[in-house]
Amino acid sequence: MSNAMKTLTNGILKENPTFALVLGMCPTLATTTSAVNGMSMGLATLFVLVCSNVVISLLKNLIPDKVRIPAFIVVIATFVTMVQLVMQAYLPAIYDVLGLFIPLIVVNCIVLGRAEAFAAKNTVGLSALDGIGMGLGFTLSLTVLGVIREFLGAGTVFGFQLYNSQFAALIFVLAPGAFIALAYMMAAVNKLQKK
Amino acid sequence: MVYFLIFISAIFVNNIVLSQFLGICPFLGVSKKIDTALGMGAAVTFVLVLATVVTYLLQKLLVLWGVEFLQTILFILVIAALVQMIEIMLKKVSPALYQALGVFLPLITTNCCILGVALIVADQNKLLAKLPLGADYGLLSGTVYAFATAVGFALALVLFAGIREQLALNKVPEAMKGTPIALLTAGLLAMAFMGFSGVV
Repeated sequence: MSNAMKTLTNGILKENPTFALVLGMCPTLATTTSAVNGMSMGLATLFVLVCSNVVISLLKNLIPDKVRIPAFIVVIATFVTMVQLVMQAYLPAIYDVLGLFIPLIVVNCIVLGRAEAFAAKNTVGLSALDGIGMGLGFTLSLTVLGVIREFLGAGTVFGFQLYNSQFAALIFVLAPGAFIALAYMMAAVNKLQKK
Repeated sequence: MVYFLIFISAIFVNNIVLSQFLGICPFLGVSKKIDTALGMGAAVTFVLVLATVVTYLLQKLLVLWGVEFLQTILFILVIAALVQMIEIMLKKVSPALYQALGVFLPLITTNCCILGVALIVADQNKLLAKLPLGADYGLLSGTVYAFATAVGFALALVLFAGIREQLALNKVPEAMKGTPIALLTAGLLAMAFMGFSGVV
């Protein structure tokens, strides 16, 4: 059981996709303009990650080794299309904001990376836990980055006004702020890990 | 004239890396030297234009058959196959070019700016939102947009590589070493590119 626990927590802290593995930078930078956007992007990726990990782990003995990458991509793209259609139908507002980055989950390195590095070698249960752990780690870092950018750039957190937005630095919601906020967050994580 | 405006807009105003966040992985990964940055830029330009033309025509078929929901799956497979084909053909036709671009080609499949631009160009509303006023929707403006975007990607990559070559010689605080300082530099570069906003 401790093995399962280790797999689950591995993705959240020790091998956090954003801060330790530095994977999936495009959605991390692009969709964290607010806490809600970052969290929805993280949850969409979490769903795809868990589903594709489970299916690939089930099919790992059926897929010939030579064509495994294209096969993995088809499995991932299927789940991405499902997320895309469901979001379009039930969450149109968030779908419009995230826009292009929902179909682009297909080329998110985390999903294919976990399929290749974990799901293709481990049991279904462990692969599901790994997907949940990695997905939660990704969601967590996107949400935190979203909270920081929204707080500094618009004076709100999850839409609640915390201080007068006239004093907010709009640049943090714009493109350069994404790079700068993530840079300092990574530096802080590095500093804390060294201690 | 309108095609010239598409160029300016896609390269400077709406730079694919620095203002739209597509293709960040190669932007951070292969930008340590100017030479490799140039190679990657050339390879992306080549694949991006080809992939855009092919996926634009495929989209017409998808709409004709009423199966638009297959878009994501089909596009990524087509891009992967196209990259593989280009690699095999280059090896035969032009070994010199293959030598120069070879190592970068497999990486391009997972470069999100290829799929991203293909998805933008396939959708009339999305493409028109990225083009300057007065441009119309069609294969020509789509291709010009794809080419200009790729040039913008190459420009950002080469500029960034130039800065990082200098940066490697400087003293950087321990915690900022590696990715954080690269991201910070990219942030300043993005700020510089923001100065172009409103030009077109």
